[in-house]
Amino acid sequence: MSATATEGATRVVGTRMLRREDPALLSGEARFVHDLVVPGALHMAVVRSPFAHARVTGVDLGAARAMPGVVAAFSGADLAGEWAAPMPCAWPVTADMQSPAHYPLAVDEACYVGDGVAVVVATSPAAAADAAAVVDVAYEELPAAVDLEAAASDAAAAHLGAPTNRAYTWELDPDPSAVAAAFAGAAVTVSERYVQQRLVPAAMEPRGVCVVPQPFGGEVTVYSATQIPHILRTMLGMTAGVPEERIRVVAPSVGGGFGSKLDVYAEELLCLALARRLRRPVRWTEERTEAAQATIQGRGQIQEIELAATADGRIQAVRARIVADMGAYLQLVTPGVPLLGAFLYHGVYDVPAYSFSCVGVFTNKTPTDAYRGAGRPEATYAIERAVDTLARTLGQDPAEIRRRNFIGADQFPYASVAGLTFDSGNYEGALDVALGLADYSGLREEQGRRRRTGTRMQLGVGLSCYVEMCGLAPSRVLASLNYVAGGWEAATVRMLPTGKVQVVTGSSPHGQGHETSWSMLVADKLGVAPDDVDVLHSDTAISPFGLDTYGSRSLSVGGTAIVMAADRVIEKARLLAAHQLEVAPEDLEYEGGRFSVRGSASRAAELGALAFAAFVAHDLPEGMEPNLEGSATYDPVNFTFPFGTHVAVVEVDTETGRVELSRYVAVDDCGNQVNPLIVDGQVHGGIAQGVAQALWEEAAYDEAGNLLTTSLADYLVPAASELPSFTLGRTVTPSPSNPLGAKGIGEAGTIASTPAVVNAVVDALAHLGVTSMEMPVTPERVWRAVRGAAGQSQVEQSQIEQSQISTTGGGA
Amino acid sequence: MQVTVTVNGVPETHDVETRTLLVQYLREVRGLTGTNIGCDTTSCGACTVLMDGESVKSCTVLAAQADAHEIITIEGMAAADGTMHPIQQAFQEHHGLQCGYCTPGMVMAAASFLQEHPQPSEAEVREGLEGNLCRCTGYHNIVQAVLAAASPPEAVR
Amino acid sequence: MIPASFEYRRAGSVDEALALLRQDPDGTKLLAGGHSLLPLMKLRLATPGVLVDVGRIGGLSYVRDAGDHVAIGALTRHRDLETSDVARSEVPLLAHVAGQVGDPQVRHRGTIGGSLAHGDPASDLPAAVLALGGTLVVQGPGGTREVPVDGFFLGFLETALGPDEMLTEIRVRKGAAGWGFQKFNRRAQDWAIVGVAAVVGSDPRVALVNMGSTTVRARGVEEALAAGASPADAAARAAEGLDPPSDLNASTEYRQHLVTVLVRRALEGATTGRG
Repeated sequence: MSATATEGATRVVGTRMLRREDPALLSGEARFVHDLVVPGALHMAVVRSPFAHARVTGVDLGAARAMPGVVAAFSGADLAGEWAAPMPCAWPVTADMQSPAHYPLAVDEACYVGDGVAVVVATSPAAAADAAAVVDVAYEELPAAVDLEAAASDAAAAHLGAPTNRAYTWELDPDPSAVAAAFAGAAVTVSERYVQQRLVPAAMEPRGVCVVPQPFGGEVTVYSATQIPHILRTMLGMTAGVPEERIRVVAPSVGGGFGSKLDVYAEELLCLALARRLRRPVRWTEERTEAAQATIQGRGQIQEIELAATADGRIQAVRARIVADMGAYLQLVTPGVPLLGAFLYHGVYDVPAYSFSCVGVFTNKTPTDAYRGAGRPEATYAIERAVDTLARTLGQDPAEIRRRNFIGADQFPYASVAGLTFDSGNYEGALDVALGLADYSGLREEQGRRRRTGTRMQLGVGLSCYVEMCGLAPSRVLASLNYVAGGWEAATVRMLPTGKVQVVTGSSPHGQGHETSWSMLVADKLGVAPDDVDVLHSDTAISPFGLDTYGSRSLSVGGTAIVMAADRVIEKARLLAAHQLEVAPEDLEYEGGRFSVRGSASRAAELGALAFAAFVAHDLPEGMEPNLEGSATYDPVNFTFPFGTHVAVVEVDTETGRVELSRYVAVDDCGNQVNPLIVDGQVHGGIAQGVAQALWEEAAYDEAGNLLTTSLADYLVPAASELPSFTLGRTVTPSPSNPLGAKGIGEAGTIASTPAVVNAVVDALAHLGVTSMEMPVTPERVWRAVRGAAGQSQVEQSQIEQSQISTTGGGA
Repeated sequence: MQVTVTVNGVPETHDVETRTLLVQYLREVRGLTGTNIGCDTTSCGACTVLMDGESVKSCTVLAAQADAHEIITIEGMAAADGTMHPIQQAFQEHHGLQCGYCTPGMVMAAASFLQEHPQPSEAEVREGLEGNLCRCTGYHNIVQAVLAAASPPEAVR
Repeated sequence: MIPASFEYRRAGSVDEALALLRQDPDGTKLLAGGHSLLPLMKLRLATPGVLVDVGRIGGLSYVRDAGDHVAIGALTRHRDLETSDVARSEVPLLAHVAGQVGDPQVRHRGTIGGSLAHGDPASDLPAAVLALGGTLVVQGPGGTREVPVDGFFLGFLETALGPDEMLTEIRVRKGAAGWGFQKFNRRAQDWAIVGVAAVVGSDPRVALVNMGSTTVRARGVEEALAAGASPADAAARAAEGLDPPSDLNASTEYRQHLVTVLVRRALEGATTGRG
């Protein structure tokens, strides 16, 4: 921690303190699940369905069981008795939601390529792989529901015997007549259809599980590469029928999650059941192909969005209709993902009428679930693309039309038409900073030059102004959305006898740097050095209560719990200090780790000394229990609403269709920041993931339901060679909803960047007549769009060009 | 079969299955779990180590091919007294890692790259790391770290 | 991913490698850098019973000026070819292309012999060698034979190499007046969606990556160039007679378009000396 001095009362919150997590990760000392050495552990391999939909008519394990090193092999039927309940879906969004029972191994019917049908357990990974290869499964192939819209119209049943592929229909239609009236009276309407392709989360660490029976008491310890050790413990207990208190879940170093490790997976349950059954440790490490097929995927929606606007571009109503691909089964929060976007299809705009509906549909593909942003990237994409179309339709500059519709800085707290209360914001402020950093007017001039010369490399500028809801979530709001858990977070702060501080958090970091940030929060609160604060997490034996890390919740919810707990430590210490100094508690000031008597600063008690006094307990006030420790559980009063403006600049080769992201400006407002270094990193990574959806990534399936992008050679996660450096700016509008004033930044980059990039591509080609573009924006798609637009009449093209140029001149 | 591999300066001789990959040998036989496995297709670079001073993806090298060669892994980068290698230091100072899973491979790739390109441009750094995937950082700070590590020592801090 | 079991043999010389190959030519694979073979074995798409490691055979890694041609040992790694002074001055196309293969780690292990023997139409080096023109030196039970590169690539992953033969040297012509190379992909580390290696001068040759089941020459372009056509006019014939694949990255139709653009750019680069 060399970069920032933290002596005495120097405040560290707000500084770019280097991460304490890094040395172990940089030296190879960090331990991921796969790194744990467990003598005698058996290795599990899963035999997976090669068919999207098939009846399993026989599983012959004879040859596998005869292979060297094989200890056991089981079919789905063999293990059917192990499960007390199907795998959990914690978000039954409607009372009549359909949810086919989902067990760790399919018994009679496999419902996607990758659905497990048998397991082999052997003494080495190689032996398990060899044996899995000779398991003989007899399948009777069934018609598969692959295409989402065909599935929605029940062209083929995703599950035998199900009356429909529709899982649910969820609507948010507060005032249908207002929406109808707005569209009826609109001078301009925009109607767009967007496809949110499925994405593979592709955390660099594949999943891994290692279940060890009775290592240190209890019944089993489950080591898992998970974001949710606490939720997992409860769910494993309920699903495997093991009393919850007998299960300890530990998430060691976890190599990224992005939502994909926010789930309860078949392999976790299988290792648990097999370890109990065989009375030996059982482990499994996911291969990348399995990660593509059997870890949840993200997105997977078809969106229809309509805007009704006045002639000068004021949006009067937004109507959004979504078909969401659930995949074959409902995982932990699958059905709720669209709901996290349902309230945000009007974006940052002050829209008086609003209507949203979503149909969740089963297909015979890998289940979908929350992936970085979960619902909000989809909503932001739809409104930000549609607003660009509105601007083009009206011949207005995209920045100008946004300005015209923003919720004003003076309107906060803002009661949205969808029923939310946006906490705080200054959307135009962020836009101004972003346009300045990007030199927007200069870019428009350059664009105009290139259009006039007709050079093959055209320039496009794309805007995305976003607001998102995160900090999941007020428990009572979750209740209103039928989510079965709460949204609080727990923390404990305790003083050790030597004056060092131990923080226990229910958050479960997997790259976010919580150890660093939480130590900064507590250091400032208690007036101690960050190095004297240790942060414990991700082990249910150490931190029994927690709701884990997802939905950009850890700082605003978990961080708030920590400062509340620290306050309780201070309040107890104050009573002890008052006792020692023989003054009233309210006569004490606390600053820099010491209590001093107001007006008599030399009479003071140090926190470290108070901790020791509380520990030895020789002289405590009447009724005071020994030790200084405070615990708190914080249930947020509202979501938080980060916002900002991103600007993407692309150069498009109109001959080949190649798109080069040449510049990227991001101005984000996440309220108060604890560590801007970490905030920057979250924004960088989020941008890259969102840009990747725009330009490269797609979980592509063939008509039979085979995933075609099963490796990182086919699924195009970008490398450094594909991306530019990013220009970051920030505005600071604290959230009034929590004492930190923090909003959350984990997902903002991903939410904002995808539409910025696609808007930029369309903008580069608009003068050629291109008005739409599907994701990912492949070179071939661009080439086809340019070629298709070239087919239009010359007259039409020149009109468009002129309108664009004049708009550019006026608007920029 | 028997292989003798010098890893981080220490030669050892072991019996391994012929199909053992170098990364498995390092992790399972030598107990050096800092080198990670991120894919099956030589795509992600998480398993990058130095073989005779040059970066290789240890998932695509047989232990048998490394017989009688010298391997440096992430565990071998720090000085004997534990001081981090300048590249490791630069990764921390520039926040070039988040979850840290790609990091050992990224550091080893950077070490080899800087050996071959002591004073690279940003574009060269980006090209030079084309074989290493990171899902957390968006590469911005990784590139900054590698550029900083390339600078003359007085400019690093 | 773990390869299926195999027997591992190490050859100390070409003769030893050939002797090992002869024992079971169809069940045996030669292993050089391993960067074509091992990925297939890990996915169990290739399951050879025997691997003969030729990587330690001495004297097969070199780039030599041999008068009218440059001779390259089959075990020369991409990185060594990329940085070879002889290659850079005498056959700069080849040095440049060697620096475009895969990523740095791949280039530290992969060899030119392995790349050519694998015969993947999506690989870069086969196209560079085909464009330069030359001869492949092959050793087998009957001794040494020379195979003109034009007759080497026979089909998808299929070459003129017999199952009991080993490629030992690659000879490419010197003296091209200009050269150009274009590689189009979506990520730098990926295989080319389409690639073009072009040599101009008295005997122009243009070879294409990923435009069919083998590395192919763009005969129509070459004819047009020989007849004095401009790069643009010649490039318009780039897809003539070709039926490129359709896959996730590009349709057949798009490849047919792309190749005309890339050939034109390669030729323009070649004629202006920019490479």
